[in-house]
Amino acid sequence: MHELSIALGIVEIAEKEVLKAGASKVELIELEIGKLSGVEIEALNFAWPQATEGSVLETAEKKIYVIKGVAECLDCNIKFDIENIYDSCPKCNGYLKNIIQGKELRVKALTVD
Amino acid sequence: MCTTCGCGVTDEISIKLPGENLSGAVKNMQIEISNHHEHEHGHHHDHSHEKTVIELEQDILHANKMLAERNRGYFLAKNIFAINLVSSPGSGKTSLLEKTLSDLKNEIDFYVIEGDQQTMNDADRIDALKVPVVQINTGKACHLDSDMVNKAILKLNPSQDSIVMIENVGNLVCPAAFDLGENARAVIISTTEGDDKPIKYPDMFADSDVCIINKIDLLPYVNFDVSKAKDYALRVNPKLIFFEISVTTGEGTDKWYEWLKSNVKK
Repeated sequence: MHELSIALGIVEIAEKEVLKAGASKVELIELEIGKLSGVEIEALNFAWPQATEGSVLETAEKKIYVIKGVAECLDCNIKFDIENIYDSCPKCNGYLKNIIQGKELRVKALTVD
Repeated sequence: MCTTCGCGVTDEISIKLPGENLSGAVKNMQIEISNHHEHEHGHHHDHSHEKTVIELEQDILHANKMLAERNRGYFLAKNIFAINLVSSPGSGKTSLLEKTLSDLKNEIDFYVIEGDQQTMNDADRIDALKVPVVQINTGKACHLDSDMVNKAILKLNPSQDSIVMIENVGNLVCPAAFDLGENARAVIISTTEGDDKPIKYPDMFADSDVCIINKIDLLPYVNFDVSKAKDYALRVNPKLIFFEISVTTGEGTDKWYEWLKSNVKK
């Protein structure tokens, strides 16, 4: 359940930004979470109310953009979608690849008031 | 710094030397999650109520990564080789440490950081070998983070040209996401676990440099296929280096020791 740590990290980022902007609360928070980031969105949603209680995010709407996994085969240079870290290249079946998308764990934007 | 523990309680994490009493627990390991209940924003309603969109694109683990790099810099400056040992509970991390330390401590200076949710048990085991050790009790947190390790290193003050062994909390999921600033990550699986662990918990194997397969003395009695386990692990991470060992009999430890020695550059 490191999703609770992740949620608390998000709260910290939001608190800082709200203070900087001279606002009082967050209306909307947009997150980008890659499918290969190791974060379970269900677990994050579960941890969310506890993590955000009493913070600027308590009443915020949360929007999560799920980013699919994309890898590039180091042997044949083709890009392909992956569901799992251990998926092989559809062309050569090799496992040597760079994961170029899907590990994101970002606060994309905040709408503050 | 609250990208860290997840415990929701500020004083639950403690970083202690063996024999150090509870009241001496590190007080500066405060996690600022209670702050937001207290501070005022100075919101005087003297500005227009237009909503502002702040485009951030900020990595949620940014704070942890920055501090991890700082730890890495500390290790580099003192020519220290730091290893993050990760595994599920019971795979033999502490036993492997004990064996390694007692066999090599006359050749290499070792320092140990122990991570567990509770108790000083592991630190006491290392302390019995007369190797400097600090115990991090994470409270409810399921992993170590770079902030805890930073405080532990400062307490431990490891010497030049040494090896720092960081035994993470026994958990094959959560510690994967947290860079501690280590130079190498070693994942340990044992033959009493399933040989499909590498694809069941791929994140941990994807970011490791070394995979130690422990308890090979039990192979005749268990349903663990070493080649299958390696094959699965290589699908996740084709660059993994394997060591097949038995901490109990000492079989295979020589190669692991060679690898350790080769990483201490004097």
